[in-house]
Amino acid sequence: MAEPILEVKDLVKHYPLHQGILFKKQVGAVKAVDGISFALHKGETLGIVGESGCGKSTLAKVLMNLERATAGQVLYKGEDISRLSGAALKAVRRNIQMVFQDPYTSLNPRMTVGDIIGEPYEIHPEVAPKGDRRKAVQDLLDVVGLNPEYINRYPHQFSGGQRQRIGIARGLALKPEVIICDEPVSALDVSVQAQVINLLDQLQKDFELSYMFIAHDLSIVRHISDRVGVMYLGKMVEIGSDEEIYEHATHPYTQALLSAVPVPDPTGREGRERIILSGDIPSPANPPSGCRFRTRCWKAEERCSTELPLLAVPELLSGPAKHESACHFAAVRETVSA
Amino acid sequence: MTTALETTPKAKERLVPGTPLLEVRDLHVEFKTRDGIAKAVNGVNYSVAAGETLAVLGESGSGKSVTAQTIMGILDMPPGRVTAGEILYRGQDMLKMSGEERRKIRGRKIAMIFQDALSSLNPVLSVGYQLGEMFRVHEGASKKEAKAKAIELMDRVRIPAAAQRVGDYPHQFSGGMRQRIMIAMALALQPDLIIADEPTTALDVTVQAQVMDLLAELQAEYHMGLILITHDLGVVADVADKIAVMYAGRIVETAPVHDLYASPAHPYTKGLLRSIPRLDQKGEELYAIKGLPPNLYKVPAGCAFNPRCDVATDLCRTEIPALHQVTDRDGAELAGRKSACHLWKETLHG
Repeated sequence: MAEPILEVKDLVKHYPLHQGILFKKQVGAVKAVDGISFALHKGETLGIVGESGCGKSTLAKVLMNLERATAGQVLYKGEDISRLSGAALKAVRRNIQMVFQDPYTSLNPRMTVGDIIGEPYEIHPEVAPKGDRRKAVQDLLDVVGLNPEYINRYPHQFSGGQRQRIGIARGLALKPEVIICDEPVSALDVSVQAQVINLLDQLQKDFELSYMFIAHDLSIVRHISDRVGVMYLGKMVEIGSDEEIYEHATHPYTQALLSAVPVPDPTGREGRERIILSGDIPSPANPPSGCRFRTRCWKAEERCSTELPLLAVPELLSGPAKHESACHFAAVRETVSA
Repeated sequence: MTTALETTPKAKERLVPGTPLLEVRDLHVEFKTRDGIAKAVNGVNYSVAAGETLAVLGESGSGKSVTAQTIMGILDMPPGRVTAGEILYRGQDMLKMSGEERRKIRGRKIAMIFQDALSSLNPVLSVGYQLGEMFRVHEGASKKEAKAKAIELMDRVRIPAAAQRVGDYPHQFSGGMRQRIMIAMALALQPDLIIADEPTTALDVTVQAQVMDLLAELQAEYHMGLILITHDLGVVADVADKIAVMYAGRIVETAPVHDLYASPAHPYTKGLLRSIPRLDQKGEELYAIKGLPPNLYKVPAGCAFNPRCDVATDLCRTEIPALHQVTDRDGAELAGRKSACHLWKETLHG
């Protein structure tokens, strides 16, 4: 495959924890993202799934340089952008844009839609000269399926799905190559979700965009992604093509996550085998030693508490099960539920 | 006058599965606001029996939560107003009862679980105090007794180390644990009926599975009736016995769970089922219901779904469809199946 457009190497983001008022000292750190590596290619969608607190949103913020990485590299076309600042950072940011989860709080209620979508042009005037901006914004409204005449309306005059389209139009304004979508449809009604997902699909084809699609809804991620990464407590535990992850998962956490998703079909629901995990996700400030999932894992043995499993292709497995998985006992689950 | 409502907490008779508990008849609720009158509920009918799970499925603004709040008697009035209908609890219309009588039912006979446990619990009181309050207020228990019962309840919903955690405050619990406390609170007085309004929407999938499992287990043990209000077609398929689908304040389809998923008789239900991505398959383009959910101040004339419907005719634009009994091809009635669509035959058989 060609050179990746975005490559992440051993990315770490720790938030320090302090104690004391006058004499502050660091007593630990919340290890939100703790050594993650992956690559995103042109025109590809990489889905990131995981439960709340697994670090997927922190990962998005670090990629956008909204948060500074503690360690590691974010390479955009081979150049490390995690240490950039000033003009250099501004230039790179044009190419990586973001669509946020909540269309109610991510749009300024006192700005018109035209101002919201056109604001990126104030920062990057080279993209659209002043005289052309109104036209550019109207074109964008049209692209995302909104009436271009709505340019002078305010966000409250739109429904949730329409607002998310406005957020997407703003993300597209600077003609970026990469869009990071952080839970872009989870606040929307079921009947509107499909519309927005289809729009994202269409835009990807039209503009050759690369998406990083962060979501907790596994069905939606499968639908839109070419490859999927599963995160748990700041670590990537498994990554592979959508088929490898959904049909041939080898990490116990992925298997539990998949089996917990309610299937929208009551047929055979009594006989469905389901892995019910016990307990909650441990605190990322004090993660378990060794494998972080071991406290909730039914396969855990002595080795799991002492030796951290690395994200690697298990040598013993073959076929579609042969993809990166961070488990000492990686294996495809025998009974695959429908 | 009411033998069924006698307050004898100790001698609680076991519920017999199948006993009719609650029936909502032709309920209408509207809100008077600055912008006009919003008709949130426009003639809702449903019933639930002991041991039965009724799922009320609908999107935001469909009136599913307003109906539940009216049943509980916790709807803010004004701006809310019940304009017509009856809510029968064991045959008696709760809308005609005095505040005092309703209070005897609320919590004791019908209890509610809310979506957001963090904002439903009082942050400055310990969970033990809040659980124990149920027994102190309703059963006149002493502080000591109340605490013991609170621990028992926390054990029952499988909160680890209940005796140590009884003095903890809501923020010290995780989301899943807080939702268990909400369930414990609803269960405290062993109600006949539990209304759960989006009980797992705020939870992660692995925790959602734990909580739904717990609810099902408790229901099997006590034979409570359960009204599950949700927008999640997956959760419904897992636990419901029968389903009522709501759209713009009306019930558009009712059916036993297997029938609804296998052969929907309303275009809205059909569209919803087609528009959700599936875990076990990677489709091409998703089917999307066109348009937007209706504005409750200006519900479209005729069938409220007609502007978004693929098969709408002129009749649909003028006449509100009645909730038709659904029959099979030979004209035999299908038990529990109704559809508020002029074209239900074509939708079901076509």
